Amino acid sequence: MAAARQWISRHGRRLVVALPLVWLLVFFLMPLVEVAQTSFTVARRGIPPFAPLWGFDEDGFFTNFNLENYSLLLDYWQDYIGPAGNSLRLAFVSTLICLLFAYPMAWWIARSNPRQRAILLVLVMLPFWTSSLLRIYALIGLLNPNGFINSMLIFLGVIDTPIRMMQTDFSIYMGMLLTYLPLMILPLYAVMIRLEDDLLDAAADLGASRVGVFVTIVLPLTVPGIVAGSLLVFIPAVGEFVIPALLGGPEQIMVGKVLWTEFFRNRDWPVASAIAMLLLAILALPIIYARYQDGRETALDRAEGQGGTS
Amino acid sequence: MKHLAKTRIILPALAATVIAGAVQAQEVLNVYNWSDYIAEDTIANFEAETGIKVTYDVYDSNEVLEAKMLAGSSGYDVVVPTGDFLARGREAGAYQDLDLARLGNYSSQDMQVQNFANNQIGVDNAGAVYMWGTTGIAYNAAMIEERLGADAPTDSWSLILDPQYASKLEDCGVVILDAPTDVLPNVIAYMGGDGTSTDARDFEAAGEILNAVQPHLRYIHSSQSINDIANGDICAAIMWSGDAFQAAYRAEEAENGHVIEYYIPKEGTNLWFDHFAIPADAKNLDNAYRFIDYMLRSDVAANNVNYVWYASGSEGAKPSIDPEILEHPGIYPTEEAKKNLFVVPVYDARLDRAVTRVWSRFSSGS
Repeated sequence: MAAARQWISRHGRRLVVALPLVWLLVFFLMPLVEVAQTSFTVARRGIPPFAPLWGFDEDGFFTNFNLENYSLLLDYWQDYIGPAGNSLRLAFVSTLICLLFAYPMAWWIARSNPRQRAILLVLVMLPFWTSSLLRIYALIGLLNPNGFINSMLIFLGVIDTPIRMMQTDFSIYMGMLLTYLPLMILPLYAVMIRLEDDLLDAAADLGASRVGVFVTIVLPLTVPGIVAGSLLVFIPAVGEFVIPALLGGPEQIMVGKVLWTEFFRNRDWPVASAIAMLLLAILALPIIYARYQDGRETALDRAEGQGGTS
Repeated sequence: MKHLAKTRIILPALAATVIAGAVQAQEVLNVYNWSDYIAEDTIANFEAETGIKVTYDVYDSNEVLEAKMLAGSSGYDVVVPTGDFLARGREAGAYQDLDLARLGNYSSQDMQVQNFANNQIGVDNAGAVYMWGTTGIAYNAAMIEERLGADAPTDSWSLILDPQYASKLEDCGVVILDAPTDVLPNVIAYMGGDGTSTDARDFEAAGEILNAVQPHLRYIHSSQSINDIANGDICAAIMWSGDAFQAAYRAEEAENGHVIEYYIPKEGTNLWFDHFAIPADAKNLDNAYRFIDYMLRSDVAANNVNYVWYASGSEGAKPSIDPEILEHPGIYPTEEAKKNLFVVPVYDARLDRAVTRVWSRFSSGS
């Protein structure tokens, strides 16, 4: 009994950590390794439609390892760079728009009284309770040439001919805003709720203008929320498939569609995997580097701080 | 203790269901078919007649079906791929050939159609044709006349493929089907070439024609255009025949004043065939054969055609098919139009990639 208790108290922390670790291993790392392996093998007609990367047959060990999928992307880079650029541009602007809308909303929620706050937070989450596909279709109904907005404007005599809103950058941004806004509001709210009113009062007492308070106090203190929210919006937005497919036109082809094409139309799962790996590298590496730099700076700060007191 | 009592009731009940499920394992069937591709009462009638419980799922593109089949263990017993996809899937080992002796109603198939379809695949028993159709142009008659006058080329691919017409229709909305193997061969035919070509250079040239009209297109999509043309949001689209009639029907239902017409262009177009096929790993094989045989029965086939407005693979169904459908040149092509119809061959992986590349460049506007 005592031994068991001792064992638990010694390893308990590890046990708690092990659970999410196993989860990550099974549902994140293993699929990733599978995709990485597929990106180095060759397509074939069969089930599954690609050859195994390695294995054993009667002649012993064999491998289908090759770099052709990547060299193909390199050879035809003009065909991939356009959609990649579109993805980065549309995702970047969408993130900015989300931030622009989310910031005052999060601020307002964080500053309302606790009872109101709960209701407002539920309202932010509410759209998540319906299927995102349904919301996109509702948006199509609003933006169509014969849709609600155009009919209304024509009825009111504001315009004569319908404004084209569907299949434009505008409709994409609307779709992204509709889908991703809560992901931006929540981390901002989490930071703002911890912001002490005393800080703002102190700054005002010391003669800072409202703009001054915002720029010198509020903005720097909410940076973690801005960064977290932006990552939560930007990363899925880059790989978004449904929104550009339903709301976009030929000018809004994004990487998601390119992946779809390789996967379904060329039946080339290895090339599709290679694109996915490259995309991952382009998105994840800068973020990992930034985290690493961040960690180093904090460590340096800490070291300096310690040096100062001693 | 209350919830404990509850579990005591639920557990035996659960066990009973599981056992009942095991006993009746033979009496289920999983069907995977195109969306809007069967009469509303067909499945219920089949269940009532046979006592087999059908799970019915739908897809809206061959690509989605193919990915499921190639991943393996789809769980489906009957699927409905188009000819070229069936041929490729068969080669990959995803489908089993049919034992035609088990399909009593196969004898009433339209053998001219069935042979055409078999030639595309290269064997006689890969599938049984459910329905077949063409690719053509659907248009809003009034909107086209308003912009192009009486001499609009509403008998030719040029209505959409010639920039001089497409540019005038840009404001009311022009759409092309997002299906390279149903569009590029027709562009080649429009250029005076052979729609059955497997020469990559023909596809490059067809791509140039498409790129020239690309700036005038609203979008490239396979199913969105059905609603949009019915609502008057677009005015001309390259579409599959049955989809065009569905759009016409929806516009009529909505009484919104839009009249949608469909034609097979005079330069010719591709014929396609959707087959009943059985996945290699189908678990309810007997029921799959019973279902396919049921679907091939003349009265059932006619009922389905009268609902979906595609031409049937069944000859025996013809007497019971609505004359409006049977006499429609857009559904059952005239002898004259038949001369220019062709069946697109199954491309190899190399040509697939070349075709997709041409298509990607066209659809991204680069």
